[in-house]
Amino acid sequence: MRAICLYLHIHQPTRYRQYSAFDISNNSNYYVDEYGGRQSNERIFKKVAEKSYFPMLRLLEKNMKQFPEFKVSLSITGTWIEQAEKWAPELIEQIKRMVKTGHVEILGETYYHSLSFFYNLEEFEEQVEMHRRIIKDTFGVMPKVFRNTELAYNDDLAKWADNKGYSGILAEGWGKILGWRSPNYIYKPEGCSQIKLLLKNYRLSDDIAFRFSNHGWSEWPLTTEKYIKWINMECLRGNLINLFMDFETFGEHQWKDTGIFSFMDKFIHDWLSEYDNKFLTVSEACKISEPVGEISVPDILTWADTERDLSAWDSNSMQKSAMSDLYRIRNNILDTQDKELIRDWRYLTTSDHAYSMCTKYWNDGDVHAYFSAYASPYESFIYFENILKDLDYRLHHKNKSPY
Amino acid sequence: MMKILMLGWELPPHNSGGLGVACYNLAKALSGQGINIDFVIPFKFEFERFNNVNVLAATNININETLKSGAYESLNIDDKVFYSGNNHLSIRDVQKEYAEYVDKYLANNHPDVVHAHDWLTYEAGMMAKQKYHIPLIAHVHATEFDRAGMQNGNPLIHEIEYEGLMMADRIIAVSETTKRIIHEKYKIPLSKIEVVYNSLDESYNEKYEFSDQTYHYIEQLKERGYTIIATVGRLTIQKGLSHLLRAVKNVIDRNPKTVLLLAGDGEERNRLIQLSADLGISKNIIFTGFIRGKKLRDIYSISDIFIMSSVSEPFGLTALEAAHHGNALILSRQSGVSEIIWSALKYNYWDEQKLADGIIALIDYPVLQTTLKYNAKEEYRRITWNKIAQKCINIYNGLSQGQR
Repeated sequence: MRAICLYLHIHQPTRYRQYSAFDISNNSNYYVDEYGGRQSNERIFKKVAEKSYFPMLRLLEKNMKQFPEFKVSLSITGTWIEQAEKWAPELIEQIKRMVKTGHVEILGETYYHSLSFFYNLEEFEEQVEMHRRIIKDTFGVMPKVFRNTELAYNDDLAKWADNKGYSGILAEGWGKILGWRSPNYIYKPEGCSQIKLLLKNYRLSDDIAFRFSNHGWSEWPLTTEKYIKWINMECLRGNLINLFMDFETFGEHQWKDTGIFSFMDKFIHDWLSEYDNKFLTVSEACKISEPVGEISVPDILTWADTERDLSAWDSNSMQKSAMSDLYRIRNNILDTQDKELIRDWRYLTTSDHAYSMCTKYWNDGDVHAYFSAYASPYESFIYFENILKDLDYRLHHKNKSPY
Repeated sequence: MMKILMLGWELPPHNSGGLGVACYNLAKALSGQGINIDFVIPFKFEFERFNNVNVLAATNININETLKSGAYESLNIDDKVFYSGNNHLSIRDVQKEYAEYVDKYLANNHPDVVHAHDWLTYEAGMMAKQKYHIPLIAHVHATEFDRAGMQNGNPLIHEIEYEGLMMADRIIAVSETTKRIIHEKYKIPLSKIEVVYNSLDESYNEKYEFSDQTYHYIEQLKERGYTIIATVGRLTIQKGLSHLLRAVKNVIDRNPKTVLLLAGDGEERNRLIQLSADLGISKNIIFTGFIRGKKLRDIYSISDIFIMSSVSEPFGLTALEAAHHGNALILSRQSGVSEIIWSALKYNYWDEQKLADGIIALIDYPVLQTTLKYNAKEEYRRITWNKIAQKCINIYNGLSQGQR
């Protein structure tokens, strides 16, 4: 048997608007930009829904009806669900239908797409719990496999997930930790008892997610024949190919006119037309075999950039001070039991914000700049810190209504 | 060896602004790469020959006279009078003499390209092209629209500028901003315009020591916790200074320990003094008058934040100078320099609130200030005069191949 585990990550952050120093203590609307504005969550969500969520979900559902063996795993953040409920509730209905068929599995993660595991364990656990609740309430299922934001992973996280009873956890199949070993097997995280480790096959995943439309790539254009040939080669070193990527790869990162949808459509068909080829959900993948070995990841590993570390979120001094300023006031915020205040604070834990303050590569005009909702990392930092000041103001003026 | 006839209006140390500095550095870098340059200026002075650059004087006018006028004026150029012996000359007379000199020069010399800097020399350049069929490059350091703060400006200058740009074989603009203005205002096809940025004057690499003796009072304010903001340039409408003053007023309301230094002089001076009084911030605004050299570098050194508030700024060399001295930069998006410096806060010149927001953030968040200072220093070094000269040589080569 040869199996593909296709896992897609669905997320939109709740972006803050250009929150001015003159807004502090006067106006506590942080997250609603005017519709035409650069940080309008509604406008961006609707755009991505048109370009990616609707057409790709349609494609997945169609293939599920056509091929009972086709399966997919999704991770869906709490902030995405909130936005979809407001601006495109049909998306939720569609995912619900697909989950009911048993061909879609939903993973566990933090509600706010945060990196809180590395800053504040208590906050992390609460956000994971919030996420479990919203997934149960919305889709009627409980996540069994865990993925952390940005696939940020280390031995401690694996132990945490093992203790919580998850059957599997996801990580980047990065060469530096694998050495001569192949990502196409099941592993056991070092020091854990039950949990299985699924490793992303980053070459095959990135062929689709990053290189697909790159005309400068020597393999462009990518055909399904060529791609399946590569998978067959990979299967000489293990029989489980983990293709992990952003859901928005389809239609948003790779636009429709690159042929990404027809590629995927044909790929599902072609893969399943060969004998004994399968698609598996993440839980099923964890069960295909016993672990072939143990893997230890003492330092944080992510799926971002060539460094595969946290440096895109936590390396420059602006990011470091923003994060320490944020988590420092956590207890005071929670003590108020003011739901709106707590929610406003938690939106700031979303990792996209720290990412938009990244100056690494930024002045080379690279993807970091292209995907940012802000004119510069410096501006993002300013708005973030300004909002923290207003939160602090609200903390000390609890009795007066800030709105 | 390729020979270039360069037509300029000033060279340091006898310059009134950035035009002379840019011309000097460009000529020097070009000759360092084996280009033979004759550089014509309108006044008489004993210049050192630098590398392969010959400096030629087109008239007998005393150097100090030319400095009073010229490259940066807009409407009232006719009022400028030069004294040459017993004659009184207007700037138009000087331009005429300048062109006659170039005419005589070309009767005996055969440069490959004529490279003319700004409208003052375009007539001479056009003459060279018409009469001697030498390819012409018009190098635009500023257009009349810039000098007039994007208002109408002097019709005569517009006409000369327009003719020169039309007739030039290639145009060099100092930024995309300038390229866009040339295209939109003078309808010149974009394909004829090449962007070549400026770089820092190389004297900035020489040893310099800050002396805190120059500005005692400001030094003392810093010790008392004040933030020092500086802007450097002529006090003209082009620089957007009334927007800056109103933004600073909003900052001072929140943080009284803020001081703005306005280094420069110009026709707007009295109006700006009046405006700061009207806004009630006079004691936070310091007008230093025109300064240059070490005193200017001391201004940069003593400042924390440098602001370029221009309504229209073809390049904006002062921002690089400020970055060199470790200032955090706030740049209007209407400046050429904002195209090459990423690590700066940027705003549209009319957006007073965003400017105030930027200043407040730099005061309130020290980590932002340090990051910007550090990162901008890394960036301005990327463009060097040698790279700029190389780009010009490529343009020369393209011309001599295409035209002959």
